[in-house]
Amino acid sequence: MLEILSNPNVQWVLFGTTALGIAGGVLGSFALLRRQSLISDAMSHAALPGICIAFLIVGEKMMGALLVGAGLTAYLGTYCIQAIAYYTRLKTDAAIGLVLSVFFGIGIVLLTFINNLPIGGQAGLNEFIFGQAAAMTSSDVRVISSVALVLVIITILLFKELKLLIFDREFARGIGLPTTVLNGLLMTMIVAAVVIGLQAVGVVLMVAMLIAPAITARYWTDRLDVMVILSGVFGAISGILGTVTSAPISGMPTGPIIIVAACIVFFVSLIVAPKKGLVVKAYRLQQLRKQTAREQILQSLYELVEEHYQASGSLTDFAREEIRALRPLSERRFRKTLNGLERSGKIDAKEEGYALTTSGRETAHNVTLNNRYMQMYAMHEARFANLQMEKRNWDFLSLPEEERERLHALLQEHQLEPRLMQGGRL
Amino acid sequence: MNPITAKNVTVAYQRKPVLQSIDFEAPEGKLIGIIGPNGAGKSTLLKSILDLVPKASGEVNIYGKPYRKQRQKVGYVPQRGSVDWDFPTNALDVVLMGRYGQIGMFRRVKKKDRREAMSCLEKVGMDQYANRQISQLSGGQQQRVFLARALAQNAQVYFMDEPFVGVDAATERAIIQLLSELKDQGKTVLVVHHDLHTVRDYFDWTMLLNVRKIAFGPTTETFKKDLLQKTYGGKLTLLDQEEEQEVTPLA
Amino acid sequence: MSYTFWILLTASLVGVSCGIIGVLLILRKLAMLSDAISHTVLLGIISAFLITQSLDGWTMFIGAAIVGLLTTVFVQMLHSAGVQSDAAIGIVFTFLFAIGVILVSMYAGNVHIDVEHSIMGDIAFIPWETVNWFGIEGIPQAVWMLGIVLVIDVILLFLFYKEFKVSTFDPELAAAIGLPVGVLHYLLMGMTSLTAVASFDAVGAILVVAMLIAPGATAYLLTERLSMMFVLSAVFGVLAAFSGYYIAAWLDASIAGMMATMAGVIFLLAFVFSPTHGLIAKRLLQNRIKYEV
Repeated sequence: MLEILSNPNVQWVLFGTTALGIAGGVLGSFALLRRQSLISDAMSHAALPGICIAFLIVGEKMMGALLVGAGLTAYLGTYCIQAIAYYTRLKTDAAIGLVLSVFFGIGIVLLTFINNLPIGGQAGLNEFIFGQAAAMTSSDVRVISSVALVLVIITILLFKELKLLIFDREFARGIGLPTTVLNGLLMTMIVAAVVIGLQAVGVVLMVAMLIAPAITARYWTDRLDVMVILSGVFGAISGILGTVTSAPISGMPTGPIIIVAACIVFFVSLIVAPKKGLVVKAYRLQQLRKQTAREQILQSLYELVEEHYQASGSLTDFAREEIRALRPLSERRFRKTLNGLERSGKIDAKEEGYALTTSGRETAHNVTLNNRYMQMYAMHEARFANLQMEKRNWDFLSLPEEERERLHALLQEHQLEPRLMQGGRL
Repeated sequence: MNPITAKNVTVAYQRKPVLQSIDFEAPEGKLIGIIGPNGAGKSTLLKSILDLVPKASGEVNIYGKPYRKQRQKVGYVPQRGSVDWDFPTNALDVVLMGRYGQIGMFRRVKKKDRREAMSCLEKVGMDQYANRQISQLSGGQQQRVFLARALAQNAQVYFMDEPFVGVDAATERAIIQLLSELKDQGKTVLVVHHDLHTVRDYFDWTMLLNVRKIAFGPTTETFKKDLLQKTYGGKLTLLDQEEEQEVTPLA
Repeated sequence: MSYTFWILLTASLVGVSCGIIGVLLILRKLAMLSDAISHTVLLGIISAFLITQSLDGWTMFIGAAIVGLLTTVFVQMLHSAGVQSDAAIGIVFTFLFAIGVILVSMYAGNVHIDVEHSIMGDIAFIPWETVNWFGIEGIPQAVWMLGIVLVIDVILLFLFYKEFKVSTFDPELAAAIGLPVGVLHYLLMGMTSLTAVASFDAVGAILVVAMLIAPGATAYLLTERLSMMFVLSAVFGVLAAFSGYYIAAWLDASIAGMMATMAGVIFLLAFVFSPTHGLIAKRLLQNRIKYEV
């Protein structure tokens, strides 16, 4: 492995894939947020005929010319999508699919045409389909990395304008930003990021080089600047991983390996990311279920005690069937929650069933009171809209005195105030 | 000079006119409500003033000059639904966007701008939410962030598109408070509004609009049964109950 | 039967079967999902080969149908995990397709499909690859597969014509009157996978998208009737196949690529000249409005 890395050729290639990974990730974030992921797919496919036409004109594989050709037809393809969606009743997704496949078809025709020409045989344009990073020469890398550098610099300089353009175009126009120019610039930048990746990643899979890092980054942050930086880093990592893995295997195209690397980084983030990852979400849901079950049992027990006490003036314990009948839970969860409550000293197991302990009575009182406030709130939501309870996690007990009294008055009106006194005394 | 003068503004979509020959001159330092039934062209009027929809004919001047020369003087609060609230940004950042016009292209946001934006958030009672991701704000809070952004523009004339829709009582109070502060500073505010009950409380002047301008003037003169009947046609039922209430003093 | 006959027959069968499926894909706004499925079919085919070690048509069908449905399910899963739907499509299909390409490159030596084949098919070789199915000799495997898929597609469309129609036009109404909307969706996705795999040898995994979308989109600009749209779409598919073949033969270029190109050219003609939805017709209408105003 180290031997390979010390090879100057490999170093150039690595440098190139890193640069295009960064540019793809950075511009990909913008494409993703504008919901243009699939449009960038069409862009990369539409670049193929441009590469072929440029080759036919120049007569040799000159990277600069090929990139310009690729950019022009990619731009034309994007324009066609907009024109079709604007002038006909076809939806954007149909327009994208149409442009993508037809431009690619034209590209294939030209490619096979060139391959049958005497000059075309060893031109190696085929590598643009699935990418062949190893074929990058040092001059190719220079072109690619200069474009990437320019893209990053423009992004830094115009970061706040681009952000506003994407977030709220009308407002941007309102405060006098030249939105048409900025929009065209952003489009050109995305096209540029797409075309510099074509040699290494290929037209077919280039779209993933833009969206996969961007969407991965979105899982780790809620800030655009951090997202753009992370996305660039993820893009670079995927580029490096893909190049290093594919280099030793002869005949293995680089593009698919880079994309698999990028997608794996995404899948890992999807699962483990803090706040938004599936693991955290599942854990939170589990906690919520546990807590709800706990509260349900406490409240059921509380209500049974409350009813019994009002009728007879004494406390007693209740069989599990009675408790479970009020608020049905699955047998397993019911058993586990009861055990948990017993361990934490909120309830006592008696021969006949269960009773609240002193501290259990207090907790159960609070749970019941909160849930009944919730009931009142739900019945008179309009009157309490200012409380924004969803932001307070539905915790009514921590409300200011004044608001609580309003709710309490309603409780009394509906004769629902918990009758067992607070503090565990009766 | 009047903050807004509109002459013969007509907007058409396909063959259907949405606004027809609207003329008006808005006086300075007033809170002006634009009311009318659904499809009357209320939002379209705002958007045509702000060049967001093309006018078939007519012209609008802000302090005597076309809008594109007076952008610094104008603040705009669009409807909440017009943006992607999942966008990765926080409340303070959205308010800062209101300063971008003054900061200028290529320049960075400075500490001073941050302080300014923070004080705008304070004015709408949202300072403790400055660092919260915008999708985690309630509808009313999002609306207040939009208002703070307009404040950060530090404009002379404000346009607001249905700011009271879908907000809670606290936000409604915050908006009214803010409107009267703006008025006290001599600023002019044009508000698209649809709740007839509150028109007399909120606005000094009112425009009744239904494709054409039905009436425009001080609310005491325009908010009359016959004119409203003309604006809303047969759809007006709640007016009879209003009739019996006392006319409440202006906000 | 001559060599040209078989190629034209194969290409026309691709045109017809893709054309009729494409109508529903366009109307149901599934164009990009079908793009994703036709890419991932490659993974289905290569997996089926690696497991069974044969390139028998039936195993390819089964492999492709499974991967096609998996694609749909994965997109749905990512979407419900909070990924916006266009990005979900973009990630799923590139990932599965990339794996397919890697597998093809690794086993390129011992499979007759290679990377090039997977992107543009090998229609020129189809007439040589005849099989003996049902005791009939001398018919190419691709023709058999396309024919069978076409018959299945047509039967299903006839059986569920009104169900497809209602659930396309108004999915909520369809669900309300008790139609199995979800089943219809997966049925259509299954039909798309089968059509894509049957077309694979002829046009490859990417150019089939042009044959799926372009004829349907063209028909959509020319008629207001669903039944007519199916007919027109099939006709345009065949037209693209014929014109594509002859121009490709003349230029000595890829037949599949030229078929896709011609499908695009036919669309362009409708885009400009359609009497109801064309650019010229619309321009004329606008001028008339201006004149009236």
